[in-house]
Amino acid sequence: MHMTRVKLFEGVYLNHLPDRKFKTALLSANFITPLHDQTAAAYALIPAILRRGTQRFPNLGAIEEELDRLYGTSVDYVVRKYAETQCIGFVAVMPDDRYLPPGERLLEPVADLVGELIGDPVTAGGRFVPGYFESEKANLLDDIRSILDDKREYAARRLIEELCRGSNYAVSRYGSEASALKLRLRPLFALYRELIANTRLELIYCGSAPLSRVQGALSIAFGALPRDVIPELPVTEPFAGGDVIRRVEERMDVSQGKLGLGFACGGGSTEALLLGSTIFGGSSNSKLFMHVRERLSLCYYASSQFHQKKRLITVGSGVEFSNLQVAEDEILSQLTAIQNGEIEPWEFEAARAALKNAYGTVEDSLGGIESFALSQLSSLSDDTPEKKIARIEATTLDEVIAAMREVHLDTVYTLLNEEAVA
Amino acid sequence: MRVRIYDRLGETVYSERLKNGLQVIVVPKPGFARSYAAFAVRYGGMDTRFSLGGEWLDTPMGIAHYLEHKMFDTKEGNALQELAQNGAEPNAFTANSMTVYYFDSTEKFEDNLKILLSFVSVPWFTDESVEKERGIISQEIRMGEDNPDHELFQMLLQALYSRSTARNPIAGTVESIADISAGTLYDCHRAFYTPSNMVLIVVGAVDPEHIADLARRVTSEVKGEEIPRDYGEEPETPAAAEMTRTMAVAIPKFAIGFKGKPVPDGPDYYRTSLVGELACTALLGDSSPLYQRLYEDGLVNSSFEAAYEILPGISFVFASGESRESERVRDEIISEADRLLREGIPQDVWQRLSRAAYGSSLRGLNHFESIALSFADGSFHGYDPFTFPEVYSSITPDDVLSFIKEHFTPAQTTLCRILPPE
Repeated sequence: MHMTRVKLFEGVYLNHLPDRKFKTALLSANFITPLHDQTAAAYALIPAILRRGTQRFPNLGAIEEELDRLYGTSVDYVVRKYAETQCIGFVAVMPDDRYLPPGERLLEPVADLVGELIGDPVTAGGRFVPGYFESEKANLLDDIRSILDDKREYAARRLIEELCRGSNYAVSRYGSEASALKLRLRPLFALYRELIANTRLELIYCGSAPLSRVQGALSIAFGALPRDVIPELPVTEPFAGGDVIRRVEERMDVSQGKLGLGFACGGGSTEALLLGSTIFGGSSNSKLFMHVRERLSLCYYASSQFHQKKRLITVGSGVEFSNLQVAEDEILSQLTAIQNGEIEPWEFEAARAALKNAYGTVEDSLGGIESFALSQLSSLSDDTPEKKIARIEATTLDEVIAAMREVHLDTVYTLLNEEAVA
Repeated sequence: MRVRIYDRLGETVYSERLKNGLQVIVVPKPGFARSYAAFAVRYGGMDTRFSLGGEWLDTPMGIAHYLEHKMFDTKEGNALQELAQNGAEPNAFTANSMTVYYFDSTEKFEDNLKILLSFVSVPWFTDESVEKERGIISQEIRMGEDNPDHELFQMLLQALYSRSTARNPIAGTVESIADISAGTLYDCHRAFYTPSNMVLIVVGAVDPEHIADLARRVTSEVKGEEIPRDYGEEPETPAAAEMTRTMAVAIPKFAIGFKGKPVPDGPDYYRTSLVGELACTALLGDSSPLYQRLYEDGLVNSSFEAAYEILPGISFVFASGESRESERVRDEIISEADRLLREGIPQDVWQRLSRAAYGSSLRGLNHFESIALSFADGSFHGYDPFTFPEVYSSITPDDVLSFIKEHFTPAQTTLCRILPPE
């Protein structure tokens, strides 16, 4: 992955990733803020309000009509979580000039629009328009509450909240309902002023335009932002785990039980744990797929995920209420098998191939390139997919087994219906 | 192979109908790391009643999906594992009118393609292995029952249709799949998984002639007969004007359906589909006056979406999202349709919508999956999806207004809602 990083202004960086194979180009603007329960909802609300209107395009209709004229360019506000940072801003995807009538140039007007959304919002009495604030606050509350609608995601979220309680990693990207309810217009506008002056802003461009053209367009579009001192971000501490296994049970009107297991990881290397988690439950030939699903027919999905930056493993599955304990026992016995070194050579090779395929195809999509770049920028890491692949190739089976031996269960979360007997 | 160059899109497509009837389509994509293959059968959840050897047969709901699950079994074991060892990520899905098997890989693509073609062509399962799958599929069905979006769409089809097999859930119900046996699955495979009822699409950095050769060698020589299917005759109006149920959701969800007419296969199929999409954009899209009014009044949030769907023997428009006042959303849509019919679409609005439609379709060309699916659909219904620039140019505002007139009347409308518990 070839990326050129240029400082445009104090704390404002352009990250240029040239690529000519796509029909579209992508431009994103991301403020990197520390993830905290006190501020997460407020920061999540800011880009939603900004998306409602600028001085030049003061309402949604005016913005959308401009996007139509820009050949269906999309500009979405985004709120993302990488480890313990919250990245907020906009992602614009525009058709590449090569596929437009001769003479059409989209990068400059799209950069201007994104710059205006961030730095030049429509205001009333020196603050955000009250109606925009109120309706976007209501939408944010709906977004926070509607996590409940997807039970698989809800169970995964609740597991992380319980596993990491007290740590910023437990905070969701939109913040909590309680903190969103407390949001007020005046302090929010003050926070916005502080955001655009004192937070690192990472601009990412991926497309066919050369660096000089992108730098020119963005220097104009973001030139008027009031920039000040940029404090450093705190570092994400690895998950340590507790002394005893915690069990959390929740009940709701559901047809299927959900099981979530959270594990602390010890001191193995990131790649050894990544491989270990992939063998455990990371693909359709993992231990969990082969045993919990295929051999015992207990579930449709049972999978594990290694949270690289926080260093913890989570497992999620959806099973019949009466089978929750059977599934939990089987999941743990598969972890024990890995810890005992019961890994066939093909299982190790398949895990390695799956990860190489995943990192090897990051550059096959604009979204993949952008989110990989932002994930690294959020922690100022200079990792690339190539470096990742090289480290994966250098990791041995013994290192994987040794790393997985330090993995231990910390929290068990179950979701049941009212009648089920746990 | 036949070669077609699409200058404006910067694409070239190779295609050939093999002697056995299999359509092979290759879209070369130089510069990408991965290649992608999709092997699609014109057989899906709606194909439960069909004629074989002159006799009409009724098969259980969910049988096409059950067959999809069992196709990964091979004489040697399981194709998932075989492909995974080569770093390929295989999967499959069953839709209303097709079943698609696919994988992508960065290495050993032709080896992997051979495995794909062979396991989909040759069934290998026993009563015992079919029995084992029942628990897994039952959990997949239960998971769907807890997913409000899944349930809402199912409700919409049941409210719109009195007899069409689109009413049936694609995966069936836990009860309907209870008696599916290996024998029935073999019969369905023999009837539908024939080369003339299938299409192979490969997207990536591949040699098109190699792909066609491989398909010629691996797929069956028996062409297969055309299978007449019965989807049920439909009256013009919906089965129910309203349907409501409660589920564990946070915000009330709605789907409003507008019942259309059957759309015959052929070049007009694609044109009708794009006219429908443009009508949805003009009436309900992000830049439409109606959407802005609904959003600004807090009647809908950004989850609001609208689309036009064509399925065998039926077609419909739907608008869905979250709202506490979905009856008002429905009424506003119908009165806005009346206004558009009275006032027409101004020339400047039309130009901007056409630009945006071109840009959105262009964006689809970045995604291998969407390219493959559009060619599968095009192959089954007789159109070329890369002709969208020409087809859009042939569409006039009057076409869109006629579509609106034919679809958005109170008599054709149904409103489905999922409400949170009291």
